[in-house]
Amino acid sequence: MNNYYRFGRILTTMIMAMYLRIAPWPNFIEIFNPDWVLLALIYWTIAIPERVGIFHAWIFGLLTDVLTGRLFGQHALAYSLVSYACIKLHKRLRPFPLIQQELFIFLFLLLSQLLLFWVKNLQTPGQLSPTFWLPVVTGTLCWPIVYKSLRFVRLLRSSK
Amino acid sequence: MALIVSIALLVTEHKSPRLDALRSSLSVLVDPVKYLVDAPIVALENAKESISSYSVLKEENKKLREEQFITKSKLLKFDALEKENIRLRALLENSFKLGEQVLIAELLSIRMVPYEHIVVVNKGTRFGVHPQQPVLDTNGVVGQVFRALPFSSEIMLITDLNHAIPVQVNRNGLLTIAVGSGQINRLNLPFLPNNADIRPGDLLITSGLGGIFPPGYPVGVVDNFTPESTKPFPTITATPKAMLDRNRELMIVWSKSSPMPLSVPLTQSPSAPVTKP
Repeated sequence: MNNYYRFGRILTTMIMAMYLRIAPWPNFIEIFNPDWVLLALIYWTIAIPERVGIFHAWIFGLLTDVLTGRLFGQHALAYSLVSYACIKLHKRLRPFPLIQQELFIFLFLLLSQLLLFWVKNLQTPGQLSPTFWLPVVTGTLCWPIVYKSLRFVRLLRSSK
Repeated sequence: MALIVSIALLVTEHKSPRLDALRSSLSVLVDPVKYLVDAPIVALENAKESISSYSVLKEENKKLREEQFITKSKLLKFDALEKENIRLRALLENSFKLGEQVLIAELLSIRMVPYEHIVVVNKGTRFGVHPQQPVLDTNGVVGQVFRALPFSSEIMLITDLNHAIPVQVNRNGLLTIAVGSGQINRLNLPFLPNNADIRPGDLLITSGLGGIFPPGYPVGVVDNFTPESTKPFPTITATPKAMLDRNRELMIVWSKSSPMPLSVPLTQSPSAPVTKP
């Protein structure tokens, strides 16, 4: 019962992340819009790797592909790779201070963006501007917010 | 394992449309999120409408009534012209496509991805929408249905970098192709020679070649023509007629797939003397 409850919580945060992903920002903010789904996934895989694994990452990747109308499987590929890295490193990442974590988050986001860039370039080469990489930076800067808020969500019930 | 499956998925979808069923079933899971994003904006608009004052509404009503009067009187003439056109085309032994059915779809205010001009509307395959259908608004061509999902469909605008539309200059019938520029207010016409008869202010209409867009709908207005003496092609740009970034209502068009038959009684009279037993 508790397990189901917990998973509902994860699902809600993931849906909120998807919401943020496709929310209609004005044009100049839009290019900064980080990959919220991936950020939330990274948090959950570091916090409870025994509950959220590569399979979940893969499913959410597929859903993101459908949501944003991309070629099937590119987000799934990127997310499952990143979540694999997160699960491998979660013991090391957890005690790090936030600043040091951000360094790793930066690398993870960069890896994901690199894979998406690669797929996009296979499809239609040479159309992306350098601003394509901006969400990696803003995503890194948003990590403390994601971390704090998801941690709050995770510990909501246990404190009772 | 996940890697192999995702790479396999990537390759299959790149090559064939076999995964469309999977995509549309997954989209049923995800589409509520799209509507959720849209909901606050719709609510805001409704609120704005309900608090707008009586006098403003009255003014608007009056304006709309006048507009309707004018369009109606124009339509009166259009009917006669249409009949005449069919008669003339029958004389020319030319087939003519006529009669288009439209479906009003409303835009969902979501942004799928930056750098691509793809919008989402609230009508999908449940309303019979299918890929490659032309989409219009009241001013001109907006784009075409790119992917139809059960509860929503994705529409590629004519300004998308990957979109090209066959057009013709209304003044002289010059045929060419308008390619999207990636900017919401610009189309490029890269395939015309330096001495082409085209000038700023020319209206571009769909030519009907390519079979996706029905002929005769306005696409854009040429706003710049600079011949390049050092290059084989000049730079020609046009502004789309449709309000691509402002409209909420769009029309999805079904053009009749078979051309209208030449009207039989008309062709008989001129050809009657010819057919001698």
